[in-house]
Amino acid sequence: MQWLNILIQGGLLGGFYALFAIGLSMSFGIMRLVNIAHGDFIVLAAYVGMVAIDATGFDPFMSLIVVIPAMFLFGYALQRGLLNFTLSGGLLPPLLVTFGISVIIENGLQQGFGAYDHRLKEGAIETASLHLPGGIDLGVYPLLVFAVAVLAIGSLQVMFYWTRLGRAFRAVSDDADTAELMGIDNRKLFAVALGIAMVFTGIAGVLFGIRTIFDPAAGPIRLILAFEAVIIGGLGSLWGTLLGGVVLGIAQAVGAALNPNWQILAGHLAFLFILILRPSGLFPRTRD
Amino acid sequence: MEVAAETVHVERATRASRIFAMLAAAALVALISLPWWGDAGDMRLIAEMAYYLALAQLWNLLAGYAGLVSVGQQAFVGLGGYMLFYLTGVWNVNVYLAVLIAGPFAGLVAIPVAFAVFRLRGAYFAIGTWVVSEVFALLASLIGSLGAGSGMSLTVPILLEISHQRDVRNTIIYLMTLAVSLFVTTVVYLLLRSRHGLALTAIRDSESASASLGVNTFGAKFIIYVATATCTGLIGALIFLQKLRISPEAGFSVNDWTVVVIFMVVIGGIGTIEGPFIGMLIFILLRELLADYGTYYLILLGLIAIAIMLKAPWGIWGWVIQRYNLQLFPVGRRLVVAPFEKTAKP
Repeated sequence: MQWLNILIQGGLLGGFYALFAIGLSMSFGIMRLVNIAHGDFIVLAAYVGMVAIDATGFDPFMSLIVVIPAMFLFGYALQRGLLNFTLSGGLLPPLLVTFGISVIIENGLQQGFGAYDHRLKEGAIETASLHLPGGIDLGVYPLLVFAVAVLAIGSLQVMFYWTRLGRAFRAVSDDADTAELMGIDNRKLFAVALGIAMVFTGIAGVLFGIRTIFDPAAGPIRLILAFEAVIIGGLGSLWGTLLGGVVLGIAQAVGAALNPNWQILAGHLAFLFILILRPSGLFPRTRD
Repeated sequence: MEVAAETVHVERATRASRIFAMLAAAALVALISLPWWGDAGDMRLIAEMAYYLALAQLWNLLAGYAGLVSVGQQAFVGLGGYMLFYLTGVWNVNVYLAVLIAGPFAGLVAIPVAFAVFRLRGAYFAIGTWVVSEVFALLASLIGSLGAGSGMSLTVPILLEISHQRDVRNTIIYLMTLAVSLFVTTVVYLLLRSRHGLALTAIRDSESASASLGVNTFGAKFIIYVATATCTGLIGALIFLQKLRISPEAGFSVNDWTVVVIFMVVIGGIGTIEGPFIGMLIFILLRELLADYGTYYLILLGLIAIAIMLKAPWGIWGWVIQRYNLQLFPVGRRLVVAPFEKTAKP
């Protein structure tokens, strides 16, 4: 029973990692953008939420009304104005430019808000839990986050497979040059893609800010966790990303059950182990 | 009409490179004599420049030549630093011996790491190396004899082993750092001039083309990765010999030991040996000029790196080469054909 509990808690934690990873998985899958600043975008969204809450008195969930459009516009503008120019010449340009953005956001937040911890407070839901037979407690908040992750991926799948925009995304992902010849404006499409990716990054940021304290330097570890979920799942598959998150969460929960200090380490080791056995992840859809 | 064989020759050193070599030798003499005319602050700054230069040369060798875009070099800085503290603090090993062991130890660890991360390509490789470094950082924070999360300090008896006088001690550590930086730059230079350098330059320009011409790309990359890790570990030991304290966050810091180093290389000019010098100078200059304004120098450094990457992807030195055809470190080979009028036979 104890191990069942660990599996369930780990799986729920995985929903969190999947939510972190959706934006990364999208930009990686559609434009092959290695976005090192992704973790900082999550943290930035939490700060945007915090500012919105302070200014309007909204509660954190309500602050998404501000965070979502703000992040969409930020993503659109960033891709259009900067990242589009990094996509033609190999790995180094996007890697370096997003590293630059990462350093700028991290230090900018530090100069603007100080290096202190912050937290978004949502009230009773944070600690509420459902008691199941067998002594298993399900936290309401982790369940909610998992449901949001599933819903987010489900709606993206509908978008990818049932809409014109989604078809264009798939075409560009398969072969950007040919898609362009067919009349797709790649630059604009990429901007929309990062805008949409940022919507989910914004949601992840606010939900993250409710769950744990954050500070300007909290980005890189979120980036690594998100990357692990994406890569374990396999490039270009969003359900794979969800499963990758769940695998990562369970590995961490097992590690934590053995020794509380081993949680993150166990996740990293599981990631490296899977990567060495299957370098393209468990469910690769797109070939790099 | 044919051109006689002796009118065509392969040139390596140029006049600019010979003049530069003389200037560099003079500058080196000045730096070596610094302890006798500068103060401790100067020595600390120059030593820092020296180890950042060495780190930049090594990352440039990895990414600029062997195509290995690693984001995990901090793993070896931390391993080298921790090895020094562990050997001297726990096993009472002589401090000089510990510094010498730190490098090869990092190289030894790099061998299994290479077999794992070399299965990955491109972005996966970059993230994989970073995760490996995080694993080492977490392990260091779990091991009690390494001081766990709070890290270790170099104790006074170890420092007295170097010298009882603080000035002499600072001078020795300074000269060691200078020597290691010179050693690393020389190794990179000689390597690039050698047959292996030719192979690496070929891999830089096109990996598949060089493989099809018979270059053992895996072997070349493997040797570079392990050699780089060895040198990085040695530098790590010296960095923390100077700082006197190490912790998992400081030792395995991705920002301090990899990100700013990548910025330096890209700003200066990736794939050249001169680039890291320029990038390092710009980094130190920005930091010293903006020292009173918190971390704004990092924001500025990031902006410059982004601008360079987009507008001049071969960096400042790449622009100089393009414009003036200048090469201060003669690692290339140029075909020189004597002027036509003088050599043409009737």
